[in-house]
Amino acid sequence: MTAKADGPVTAELEARAEKAESRRGLFLALPSYIYLLFLFALPLVIIGVYSFASRSRTGMPKLEAWNLDSITKLFTDDLVRSIFARSLIVAVLTTTFCLLVGYPFAYYIATRSEKMRNLLLVFVMIPFWTNFLVRTYAWRVLLGEDGLITELGRFLNLWDSMLFTLPAVYIGLIYGFLPFMVLPLYAAIERLDWSLIEAARDLYASGWEAFRKVTLPLTKQGIIAGSILVFIPSLGAYVTPDILGGAKTTLIGNYVVNQFLTARNWPLGSSVSMAIMVVMLIATIWYFRSGAKTL
Amino acid sequence: MTTPAVGIRGVTKRFGDVVAVDNIDLDITDGEFFSLLGPSGCGKTTTLRMIAGLEYPTEGSITIHGEEMGLRPPNKRPVNTVFQSYALFPHMTVAGNVAFGLQMQKISEDETNRRVGEAIDLVRLSGMENRRPGMLSGGQQQRVALARALVNRPEVLLLDEPLGALDLKLRQAMQLELKEIQREVGITFVYVTHDQEEALTMSDRIAVMNDGQLLQVAPSEEIYERPNTRFVAEFIGETNLITGTVSEPGVVKLEDGSLVRARTHSAAGTAVTLNLRPEKIDLHNTEETIPEHFNKLSGTISRRLYFGDSLFYEVNFGHTIVDAREENRPGRQRFEEGAPIVAAFHPDSAQALTE
Repeated sequence: MTAKADGPVTAELEARAEKAESRRGLFLALPSYIYLLFLFALPLVIIGVYSFASRSRTGMPKLEAWNLDSITKLFTDDLVRSIFARSLIVAVLTTTFCLLVGYPFAYYIATRSEKMRNLLLVFVMIPFWTNFLVRTYAWRVLLGEDGLITELGRFLNLWDSMLFTLPAVYIGLIYGFLPFMVLPLYAAIERLDWSLIEAARDLYASGWEAFRKVTLPLTKQGIIAGSILVFIPSLGAYVTPDILGGAKTTLIGNYVVNQFLTARNWPLGSSVSMAIMVVMLIATIWYFRSGAKTL
Repeated sequence: MTTPAVGIRGVTKRFGDVVAVDNIDLDITDGEFFSLLGPSGCGKTTTLRMIAGLEYPTEGSITIHGEEMGLRPPNKRPVNTVFQSYALFPHMTVAGNVAFGLQMQKISEDETNRRVGEAIDLVRLSGMENRRPGMLSGGQQQRVALARALVNRPEVLLLDEPLGALDLKLRQAMQLELKEIQREVGITFVYVTHDQEEALTMSDRIAVMNDGQLLQVAPSEEIYERPNTRFVAEFIGETNLITGTVSEPGVVKLEDGSLVRARTHSAAGTAVTLNLRPEKIDLHNTEETIPEHFNKLSGTISRRLYFGDSLFYEVNFGHTIVDAREENRPGRQRFEEGAPIVAAFHPDSAQALTE
C-alpha cells in the first residue's frame, strides 16, 4: 500500500491510490497478455513475414530475396481463386442456414419455462462434451456406404451416400457450428422485454409484424454475434472438409495445410492465411455496419 | 340504459390453481374515467389485460360497446394500452413510436403524419419527434406512451399504473394533465392503480378490488365517504375502525358502554365496526363548545405528531386509541401530550360497517 491507511486524504494520496488500483488490474491481466503475445501476435507476425519470403530449390523457405510472388498468386492463380470462392460460398451458406434453423430454435428455448430452458440449453451444449474430431468421424459412419442416413436416402429414393461430397461438408459444418449460432441468439431473445411485443400487438401489429418490427431488430445483436461466430470458423474450416469432403471439395483451410505440410510452399500458405484473415475482417466489419443500419 | 363502453359479465381468470379474477361483473360507462383500485395481486391488472386481449378470461364475456371480444387477439380490438413500464420501442424515434399503430392499420402516410403531429402536440412533446426513448426523462416517456395509444383514437384507453415510476411532484402534475387530456379527447379511460389518492383525484368512478373480487364500485366521493366494507374503508385513505354493537336503530354501543349515534341500518344486537376518519374528529377542551347533536367522547392525548400541514393526535379512550387530524390553521388550539380532551364528531361521519 502506498498511502497510510489512516489520516485525512489529499488529492495526491487519492491519485496515488487510484494508480495502485489500476496497476493491480494490469497485474491480473499480465498472464493473458504474455500468452497472447507469444502464441498469437508473434506467430501472426511470422506468418506475415513469410508471405514475402522466397523458397530454396528444395522448397525450404528462405528469409531473403523478399518478393510479392505469393501475394500476386492469390489474385492470378485459378486454383487458389476457385478454392477461395468455394470456401466463401460454403461459409456464407453455412451461416445463413445456421441462422434460419437456429433462430426459431433459440426463440423456442427462450420462451419455455425456466426449468425447460435450462434443460434445452444443456442439450445444446452436450455435443461439446465429446471431441469434435470424434463427432466428425461419427458423421463419416452415418453418411458412409452402410450409414443410417445413406440407408434412409436409398429407402426414400432421394439420395445415395453423400460422403466425400460438398453436401457432406455442409452437414458437418452446420452440425458443428449450430450451437455457436443458437447460444448468442438465445441470450439476445431471452433478454427481450416481452411487454414490447405486447405493445406492438396492442398497436394493431399481427404476430408476424410484431416479430419483424420489434423482435427481429431488438435481437440483432444476437444475430450479428451468432453469424460472426459461425462465419469465421466456417471460412477457416479444416477438420470437417478434410474428413467428410473429398479431393474435389477442398476448402481454403485444407489448401493452407497442404501448402505447409505437403507442397512445402510456406510463403504461399502464409499469404493465403493472411488473405483469409483479411476477408474475415472485411466481412465482419461490413456485417456490423450493414446490420446496424438495415436491421 | 345505453350500451356500456366495456361490459364484463361473469369473468373469471385462473392461472393454474390461482384464481386471479373471481367471477366479476362490471359496466364501464362511455366517456368516463374509471379506476380499478386495489393492492398488488388483487387482479386489477389481469382485468385490464383481459380487456386488452393480452390475456383471455378462463370464463365469462367481455364486450366493448356491445361487441363480444371472445378470443379476439389484441390487434383486432378497438382499445389501446399505456403500459406500466411504457414499453416504448427503444429502436424507434418518438415519432416512430407514435406512428406505429397507424402504420400497422395501413393508414395513409399523409394522415399518419398529421395525426402523429397532433398527438405529439397534445402531450406537449413538440420538438422531440426525432429523439429516441432512451434520451427522454420518465415523464416524457410517459407522454410518448400516452400519445402512441391516443393517436389511434381507441374506443377505450387502458392505463396500467402509468404514473407508478414517476416521482411524487411529477406524478401529481401528470395526474392533472391526464385528467385534462381525458376531458379533451372524451375517450373512456380505464385506469389501474394501487394509489388510492391518485384514484380519488382522477376518477369519475372507482372499483375497489381485493383477492380477485370487486368490493365496491362507486363514484370517488362515495367510495371515500361511504365505503361498504372494512377493507375499502382501510384501503382508501386513513381511518379508525372502532368495534361496537348496535343497541337501537342509529345508536352504537362501544366496548366501554358509551353510546354514539352513527349511520347504521342494522338491527339491534348486530356487531359492527365504526368507520371514523381522522379529519372528521374535532378535539375540544370541554364539552361546552361542542354543538348539541354531535357525539362526545372523553379521552387523553397520548401522542402528537407534527405533519406540517396538519397535526396528528393519538387519542386514548381507554378501550381504544383513535387517530385524529387537525389542520394546521391559525387560531387552532393545540393540545399537549397527556392533556384530557373531548373528541366530537357528527353522527353522519361515523359509519357502521358489518363486513
